[in-house]
Amino acid sequence: MKNKIVSPNEKQISRRITKNKLARGVFFTGTLFGMVVLAALLIRIFTQGIGYLDFEFLTNFASRRPEDAGIKAAIMGTVWIMSITIPVSLILGVGTSIYLEEYAPKNKLTRFIELNLANLAGVPSVVFGLLGLTVFVRLLEMGRSILAGGLTMSLLILPVIVVASKEAIRSIPQEQYEAAYAMGATKWQIIRTVVLPAATPGILTGAILSLSRGVGETASLLMIGAMTFIAYTPTGFLDGFTVLPIQIFSWASRPQAEFQAVAAAGSIVLLIILIVMNSLAILIRNKYSKRY
Amino acid sequence: MNKEENKQSVYSVKDFNLWYGDTHALKDISLEIPEKEVVAIIGPSGCGKSTFIKTLNRMVELVPSVKMDGTIEYEGKNIKDAKVESLRTEVGMVFQKPNPFPKSIYDNIAYGPRIHGIKDKKTLDEVVEKSLKGAALWEEVKDRLSENAFGLSGGQQQRLCIARALAVEPEVILMDEPTSALDPLSTAKVEDLIHELKKNYSIIIVTHNMQQAARISDKTAFFLNGEVIEFDATEKMYSNPRDKRTDDYISGKFG
Amino acid sequence: MKNTIRDRIKANKSKQSSQNYMEIIMPKVFLLMASISILVTAGIIYTLMRETVMFFSEVSFTEFITGTEWYPFFGNDPSYGIWPLLSGTFTIALIAMLVAIPIGLAAAIYLSEYASDEKRKVLKPVLEVLAGVPTVVYGLFALTFVTPLLQTFMNDLPIFNALSPGIVVGIMIIPQITSLSQEAMNAVPQSIRDGAYALGATRLEVALKIVIPGSFSGIVSSLVLGLSRAIGETMIVSTAAGSTPNLGFTPTESIQTMTSYIVQVSMGDATFGSTIYYSIYAVGMTLFVFTLTMNILANHVSRRYREVY
Repeated sequence: MKNKIVSPNEKQISRRITKNKLARGVFFTGTLFGMVVLAALLIRIFTQGIGYLDFEFLTNFASRRPEDAGIKAAIMGTVWIMSITIPVSLILGVGTSIYLEEYAPKNKLTRFIELNLANLAGVPSVVFGLLGLTVFVRLLEMGRSILAGGLTMSLLILPVIVVASKEAIRSIPQEQYEAAYAMGATKWQIIRTVVLPAATPGILTGAILSLSRGVGETASLLMIGAMTFIAYTPTGFLDGFTVLPIQIFSWASRPQAEFQAVAAAGSIVLLIILIVMNSLAILIRNKYSKRY
Repeated sequence: MNKEENKQSVYSVKDFNLWYGDTHALKDISLEIPEKEVVAIIGPSGCGKSTFIKTLNRMVELVPSVKMDGTIEYEGKNIKDAKVESLRTEVGMVFQKPNPFPKSIYDNIAYGPRIHGIKDKKTLDEVVEKSLKGAALWEEVKDRLSENAFGLSGGQQQRLCIARALAVEPEVILMDEPTSALDPLSTAKVEDLIHELKKNYSIIIVTHNMQQAARISDKTAFFLNGEVIEFDATEKMYSNPRDKRTDDYISGKFG
Repeated sequence: MKNTIRDRIKANKSKQSSQNYMEIIMPKVFLLMASISILVTAGIIYTLMRETVMFFSEVSFTEFITGTEWYPFFGNDPSYGIWPLLSGTFTIALIAMLVAIPIGLAAAIYLSEYASDEKRKVLKPVLEVLAGVPTVVYGLFALTFVTPLLQTFMNDLPIFNALSPGIVVGIMIIPQITSLSQEAMNAVPQSIRDGAYALGATRLEVALKIVIPGSFSGIVSSLVLGLSRAIGETMIVSTAAGSTPNLGFTPTESIQTMTSYIVQVSMGDATFGSTIYYSIYAVGMTLFVFTLTMNILANHVSRRYREVY
């Protein structure tokens, strides 16, 4: 029996195996933590708010009395804001990604634009709010309006839409371009007739996910001057407004416990809206993912 | 030789050189490609045959580092002088891997005519039917034109791509190893199709399969290391090649 | 028919002018759109600088940078020392990181190295949902669930404190750390792991000695990004931490962060042109500098030290 230099003994091996099992448990617990917290949050919000969630809640305006409080103004405000944010951010975002993926030469300007977008993605939303306050509300004299809020929000979610669109465009294989070029198509024709149609599901998915972030966005609109007590629905883009998350925040900040329950009711509605949007995005992604 | 000279050359290549960056990929190529015939281009991997065929419809320009020198004339005119989109409506291409668009069968075929300005439905319907018949695919798909092209089998997709190339009524069809990704049955169907097509179109086909070249082509060019070693009638080259390297390649000694 | 299509195409080609026009115009249009993003950054910098300069015409730079008292609402004698806000921000960030780093990394390791495909299919969406919860809802959760929960075993804990929102901010960041770290870990090729397994290593040993060192830059980058997010977090803190500027590490007291101060002023009636109005820009500028630095750092780490396989 030759004397081996490396001779692991059984005891050491089983110790290592045990360590592994323990570690696995620890890591699994960490992963489970997220599930537990999510469950706790959903259950808590639901039980807290369900009592105040009735039809009047959806159709009333905010009120000093918790029983009469409603989110009508907030929902309408969100709709009006989104009606600006959706077209502006989509056009700018898709346009930017088309430039970056299809036309941009590999030079310093291009790298600068991409670096810039990456940095914008990490800027806190309050800072976007300050930008909107100075430029849209004051400089361009839009006032504390839906227009100012919608434009600010578009800039806020722009980086996310660009990333999603770039991904969608990049996933189109080179062979598709070759086939179109070989038939005598020009670059813009190819973008219009091959790239955009093929990238649309990916772009849509990304857009819906970005917009759902906008629906839950609070801080920047607070800066713009979204109001926390509104008793009317907007009639024009220069009107004042509130949105659902700000309404929730305003209720949560009230000292009375009932208002916190009202805030929870608003949260339920907000979460439902987000669930619907995200499910739509996932549906689109799954329907069009089996390709090439 | 006289008989060949009387036939028109659809392509006239003179002292053509091409570089990818510093790599000299095509060296002093000179060829006269006759019309309405099937010309096969054979040679081992990396010999430049794919590069060569892509210069004929200027697809090689999609590579940024490419540099070219020499003359290529299509129907007597230098291909550099014309607009590349016009050239490509007269010279169609079929690729190695079928690459239909993720659109309906109808929209795939109608793509070419549409981007070149033909919009009325009646004409498009006719073109679609004619092209699919020309690619021997009409009977199989005529009832499902609105279905997505991805639902077709590999062989059908390749014939769809051929039909798509036919839709703009080119003079020349370039084929870059069109059957190498297909099963033997589909390959046979495509080869039969090529026999039919050569009545109306000039066909240049790159193939790594020598038996295929022998089966379908009238003339063959043998490429090696970016040069044309031999270019002759297929029967003659296979039975009695002039160059020893041609002989070695055809008999399988290398490649 | 044979001549019709070809002739029609040739005829169309001769009247090509509008087509050419589009070919030239569209790239320029898209370039314009892409440049808007640069305009945005320029706008942010311009905005912050312009108003911050106004602020510093009223308040001395030294006081701002070195002062330890932040009492902007003291009518006659306000103080504008930034340190209490900084300390509030970092208290939250510290607590958040203490929560998010161990749990986030644990989850990343589990998902990347241990979990079967079925388990991953269930657990990953959970994390995605967690990432999608709006911060106001998290804030409400902190105020009405986490704080009372903590109060059951910390009797003296006030309603507004830093511990509760700090923990919840940490929870909010977990999905980001997990998914970015997991991405980095996935980039380690399976063949390297297989080599270790073939030598008899346990999963833990592979994870700790091969995968983590092999994806270190990505993991560090994700942590820095998480920290940046914690610093910029607004609504959770505004809801649950109160608005009392406090110096030092005071998790069991009410605090004010840079972000919640900005919110507080915006919700109030600060007159345009007053010092208080300009102070939110000075604070915003500070915040921007911090988060920008961190994002650049994270990018730099990720790029420069990226392990190449």
